[in-house]
Amino acid sequence: MKVTMRVNGAERSGDVEPRVLLVDFLRTNLRQTGTHIGCDTTSCGACTVLLDGEPVKSCTVLAVQVEGRGIITVEGLAEGANLSPMQAGFHEEHGLQCGFCTPGMMLVGTALLKRNPNPTEDEIRWAISGNICRCTGYMNIVKAIQHAAKAQAKVPAGAAAAGGQ
Amino acid sequence: MFPAAFDYRAPVSLDEALGLLAEQGDAAKVMAGGQSLIPLLRLRFAQPALVIDIGRLPSMAEITRDDGHIRIGALVRHVDIERSTELAKHLPLMVEAVHWIADPLVRNRGTVVGSVCHADPSGDWGSIMLALNADVVAQSKKGERVIPVDGFFEGPFTTTLRPDEVVTAIRIPLPSGHAGGSYHKLERKVGDFATVAVSVQVELEGRKVTRAGIGLTAVSATNIKAKKAEQALIGRELTDDVIAEAGRLAAEAAEPKDDIRGTAAYKKDVVRVFVQRGLRAALARAQEVKA
Repeated sequence: MKVTMRVNGAERSGDVEPRVLLVDFLRTNLRQTGTHIGCDTTSCGACTVLLDGEPVKSCTVLAVQVEGRGIITVEGLAEGANLSPMQAGFHEEHGLQCGFCTPGMMLVGTALLKRNPNPTEDEIRWAISGNICRCTGYMNIVKAIQHAAKAQAKVPAGAAAAGGQ
Repeated sequence: MFPAAFDYRAPVSLDEALGLLAEQGDAAKVMAGGQSLIPLLRLRFAQPALVIDIGRLPSMAEITRDDGHIRIGALVRHVDIERSTELAKHLPLMVEAVHWIADPLVRNRGTVVGSVCHADPSGDWGSIMLALNADVVAQSKKGERVIPVDGFFEGPFTTTLRPDEVVTAIRIPLPSGHAGGSYHKLERKVGDFATVAVSVQVELEGRKVTRAGIGLTAVSATNIKAKKAEQALIGRELTDDVIAEAGRLAAEAAEPKDDIRGTAAYKKDVVRVFVQRGLRAALARAQEVKA
């Protein structure tokens, strides 16, 4: 089946069997390997992408379901040559150790700040509750998202809105 | 993991979907958010010849009020329940419960109706709908059928839905007067299935209970309705004795199994405790509500 979607703003097409999962379409067909495969059982969140702005597990979405819709992967976070505020937060606060969960964590954080620019620590912890960090580095992941929230609050609204369509 | 090969159709009208179901029946599986079906396909527990994706059907993603009911369309996702001010006002049980379902990413895709149709005995919405005395609205080429959720679950992952039917909505009677509900769930971590969960809904007139619903999760071959416990509440004041008796009767109705999440005896006792806690919380909420 032919499928066409916007990935990080660019229209991308492929010919896939209906059983191909979105994560495999991104990684194998489009060679966008920033989206990771972790558990393959809808548990870990390593494969998180934004589907029309909302974080979902791309191991639990068929590529053909995304026909005509928009996907943002970790490759779409940077703003040209600059890190997005969320990426900068993870850099500044040492929000990653092995890095495997990081794309998912940053995408969830990005979507959270879009809905709720000034989340409490509790709200951040609930937002990332579907994403597992095997290094158990949650303290710094929370700090990284808080760092991004503060950085975004300092710049004019809109300028820091990474992860849009 | 890859699912076994299947054909895929994404109808854009209900008629088209019903036509496909009439032709394919049991060979087809209906998919809404896919958060239960895709894991089953991936593990090859399900190998349908055809997946009918109803995700593109129009006007099914709405929560509406009609005729004394709240109607939850087949494409209403868990996250839509979280954000619904209408439900927060009329059925806070649902809004409280939804935080306990799966995890935030799954809640962005999965649907309430899909979860009920999946009929997992450890699923949350089934017992909530039993407590709320909801109906399932099923549609086929032959017409519409309204099926009480009490009676809808036949066994694990099995419902009385016919192969040519698709569920278009769930209808929940709007509580009248002073009503309150609550959901208590024991889970080992976010996203885990319930060890035990209990839904409770009560309606009061003065101090007396006029309607009571108690649904149990993960303690039987299906979600079950603790009818004897419900009956023991009708016409009574929710005193400590009455609450204790309801807890005891609900625990009696539970038929849990020993597993990694706990022993049967432990789970039965959790039912007893959760029914009591649930009734106290529901009572407090019902008394807050200004009719």
